[in-house]
Amino acid sequence: MRQGLVRALGGAAIVALVAGAAACNSGNNGGGSSSGKNCGFKIAYFGALTGSAANLGVNIEQGAELAVKQYNDKNGANCITIQKFDSQGDPAVAPGVARQLVTDKKIIGIVGPPFSGESEAADPIFEEAMIPTITPSATRPSLSTHGWKVFHRAVANDDSQGPAAAKYIKDVLKPTKVFVADDQSAYGAGLADVVKQQLGALVVGTDKTGADGKQTDFSATVQKVVSSGATVFFYGGYYQNAGLIRKQLTAAGWKGTQLGGDGVKDPGFAKAAGNAAATGSIVTCPCSPASKAGGSFVTDYKAAWNQDAGTYSDVAFDAMNIFLKGIDGGNTTPQKMNDYLKGVQYQGVANTYKFTDTGELDPQYIKVWAFKFDASGVDQPDQEIPKG
Amino acid sequence: MTTVEQRPRPRQVNRRPNGRGVRGWFGRQPRPVRAAVVLVALAVAYALPYVGSVPGIGPQIETQGIDWPSALFNMSYYVLLALGLNVVVGFAGLLDLGYVGFFAVGAYTVALLTSPDSDLKTHWPWLLSIPVAIAVAMLSGLILGWPTLRLRGDYLAIVTLGFAEIIRIFADSNTHLRGDRGFGGLPHPPGKYSDGTPIFGVRDATPYFWLGLSVIVVVILGIRNLDRSRVGRSWLAIREDEEAAAIMGVRTVKYKLWAFAIGACVGGLGGVMFAGQNGFMNSATFVLQFSILILAGVVMGGSGNIAGAILGGALISYIPDRLRGQQIGNLDAYEYRFLLFGLAIILIMIFRPQGLIPSRRRAMELKDRAKEVAPQ
Amino acid sequence: MNFSGLIHDLGPSTVAGLAQGAIYALFALGYTLVYGVLRLINFAHSEVFMVGTYAALITWGIFGLDQNSATPGTGAVIGYLALGILAAALISGVTAICVELVAYRPLRRRNAPPLAFLITAIGASIVISEFVGVATHRNIRGVPPLIHPATVVHFGNTNITNLQILIIVLALVMMLALDRFVNRTRLGRGVRAVAQNPDSAALMGVNKDRAISLVFLLGGLMAGIAAVMYVLKIGDTRFDAGFNLGIAAFTAAVLGGIGNLRGALVGGLIIGLFENYGASLFGTQYRNVVTFILLIVILMFRPSGILGESLGRARA
Repeated sequence: MRQGLVRALGGAAIVALVAGAAACNSGNNGGGSSSGKNCGFKIAYFGALTGSAANLGVNIEQGAELAVKQYNDKNGANCITIQKFDSQGDPAVAPGVARQLVTDKKIIGIVGPPFSGESEAADPIFEEAMIPTITPSATRPSLSTHGWKVFHRAVANDDSQGPAAAKYIKDVLKPTKVFVADDQSAYGAGLADVVKQQLGALVVGTDKTGADGKQTDFSATVQKVVSSGATVFFYGGYYQNAGLIRKQLTAAGWKGTQLGGDGVKDPGFAKAAGNAAATGSIVTCPCSPASKAGGSFVTDYKAAWNQDAGTYSDVAFDAMNIFLKGIDGGNTTPQKMNDYLKGVQYQGVANTYKFTDTGELDPQYIKVWAFKFDASGVDQPDQEIPKG
Repeated sequence: MTTVEQRPRPRQVNRRPNGRGVRGWFGRQPRPVRAAVVLVALAVAYALPYVGSVPGIGPQIETQGIDWPSALFNMSYYVLLALGLNVVVGFAGLLDLGYVGFFAVGAYTVALLTSPDSDLKTHWPWLLSIPVAIAVAMLSGLILGWPTLRLRGDYLAIVTLGFAEIIRIFADSNTHLRGDRGFGGLPHPPGKYSDGTPIFGVRDATPYFWLGLSVIVVVILGIRNLDRSRVGRSWLAIREDEEAAAIMGVRTVKYKLWAFAIGACVGGLGGVMFAGQNGFMNSATFVLQFSILILAGVVMGGSGNIAGAILGGALISYIPDRLRGQQIGNLDAYEYRFLLFGLAIILIMIFRPQGLIPSRRRAMELKDRAKEVAPQ
Repeated sequence: MNFSGLIHDLGPSTVAGLAQGAIYALFALGYTLVYGVLRLINFAHSEVFMVGTYAALITWGIFGLDQNSATPGTGAVIGYLALGILAAALISGVTAICVELVAYRPLRRRNAPPLAFLITAIGASIVISEFVGVATHRNIRGVPPLIHPATVVHFGNTNITNLQILIIVLALVMMLALDRFVNRTRLGRGVRAVAQNPDSAALMGVNKDRAISLVFLLGGLMAGIAAVMYVLKIGDTRFDAGFNLGIAAFTAAVLGGIGNLRGALVGGLIIGLFENYGASLFGTQYRNVVTFILLIVILMFRPSGILGESLGRARA
């Protein structure tokens, strides 16, 4: 008897689970179109919203969503919908989610994918469906060499950022000993390799750490930095690990300067390191200071999400605005949108955008700036790093 | 004439299982009926990509946030992995926490042999790489099995876990394995429609699911035969009591290695399928959590039972995928997806401690064992 | 391979390894205690630890301390530390008991196979870490600078900081206290009796359920203390902080001989040391390869760990 009851309960639990999942079905196809002239279209965000890289993905998604909110404030609520697709930042998950995305015929543009790995896996599907993408953050140089017509990159790739970082180290900091480490991500290792190559004999030691969330104890790396006698430490990776290392370096009594790429340009760096340790740390970024471009992006973002804009939030905001401007211009099919992107020139909050034939940012608009964290944990513009 | 001794004929032993429920009914049917039921079930499985057109229940089954055929394909390689792990854990009773290692070995062998990014520069087609990948995976199973032969239970668990971590770390850090940069341009399975478009393209995952399903059917046939052979009986004996088995003449070393090798072979096959579909792969896929999930699937479905492993493997892929892109009230369920998944695991195990489809043989053993001193 | 680096950094690596190993050892106790009594891996123990890190941070937060506040005076620091340790130990202990109630007890009642326990524990682990992940937006949370690191002992290129000394001493004291508790007190005798033979123990009047709850509580308390030491050392925590550390701690427990309290100490220190030596020799990315290969080699020769005894047979 008792066993029968248990079985029945177990069965009921499973049925409840399935039914519960089924009940949630209805919420998905809301968001009716309003009556504006170019309304009822969707722009997708495709990228990580859960998983270990969720913090980076959410920064980007919120930046893009802010642009849509501001647009809808002007053009009627629900005019343009941002449809979110969670790839978990995982190239193994991305293709299935991408195939789901392309079945939605109302989607005429995609902000994302944020990471290079998932771009490699998902972009062929977008290419075949001919839905234009603008990635705000996938910086692997090889992405533009596959001949994808729908691929557009709103940031400079690693090939332009790395040399600038190296130049800044050589010309501004003028150290005699540099230590270079990276988190073994495609982004971090790619950047660190370029920096190592450019600095040559200045590099007295190197190390590789785990990725964000995989490692928190960096005592071995810290030990190597300290005993190498380096006065400058370059970390190729993202802001959480960079902040943790900075904190642990300071705790170990190391007094040099830490540098990072645009993946570190985030208030989260100071949050992880603590303002005291973060002060004086440098990040290079192929973007212009927000104050240069004017606009109220920083305050708007804070008002909308109750947190500071993070890495690439501004680029995602710009990328979404490029699409929205395209919709204003009547480019309401993926094909028209893609043609429009080929010729667009747009001044956003982070940069001015114009794409080359391969989808890269036009070299004349690639400016690399250095930013320095101040005592309140904010990255202030330091100087523009000249080319060459 | 001598009278033929009228030996009392031994009562016909009812060899057919007499359990209750669907499985009992199934077991009592004559062979043709059983074959027909299996065929119908297979036909239903092959028709799954079109379940959405079934009115009423169909759209409820389909996933929303991920393309349904892709979700089915994901389920198919999860099922493949669960089947392989079931050989190691369910049949031979060897707790393996690092099963994803074999999946990685299979996928990486394919990537190294076929990808244009590979340093080997061999550019093999996908099909040609399969036998090599399976052989390498089997070999890695033996390499893992050999030093761990003396270990029992949880000691084995941590060593297998370590083995998978070592593979992952090398995949992350070794320059030839490319780490997070990964291998792009992996070729898809061969075949073209009459109009020249490839059957295995990038847009439609349905052919991949059918391929996966076919591989599963072959694997099931193989494993089922093994389980019912001398090998399977030896596994059973080892699982029950290794010393007693050894005394009775079971060559425990040989059959434990067999279990590892066959498990590894199926895991490697899963990797081959994954690489063939995805077109790109990097080290981010082969994390420890993946092994743990597969193990959860096997045990949740019913350790030691092929049907259970299939159900469990499918569920661990299906539940999170089904919750993807859902809204519950005002909350986006994607945030809570794994939270709900964890709750589901706990509930299922509490209400069905033997798994959703328990293995009968194991259930009987456990009944015996309950009388022994079990410190639970 | 970088042998000169290893030799050069031998002193600092040893100190850093011992401090890290002390945390592993305390963390590993939870695995070892539960295994000693139930013969089960408590997979959710890593989340018990993670909850402890947040308990300490939230407690300090109540007093207005965040990572940008100034280091308070010595007296205040001792008070804050004591409060943080108390809160973390308490919350971790309660979490551990809850894990037992939700994930273990219902299955024990049903006489479930051992693997089922492993899976419910995995489920509990997912639920706890995802819950905290959702609640904290998966962000990192910084630790107030309670202890300003300062070199206390200095020889050659080796600096030993006040924090490292605190961690090692505190861990040793807690291990000793636990060892005493299990071996000398009446409750501890009950635990050992259940570990040796649950049915006989029950016949002798030991309340089995209570002994098992006690074991989870003790493991949780130790994990909570380890959590405070961890946040002081690392300076941050995150919803998934427990997972990787848990793997290392579990490895330590197995290496020393799972089910053996002193084994946890030996295993923890060895893992801590070899992680750091391995990182100097091969690079930080390969440090876990070194520990796992060490584990496999040791288990080949001693299949039940270095000290390889069960909790029940632990000598007083």
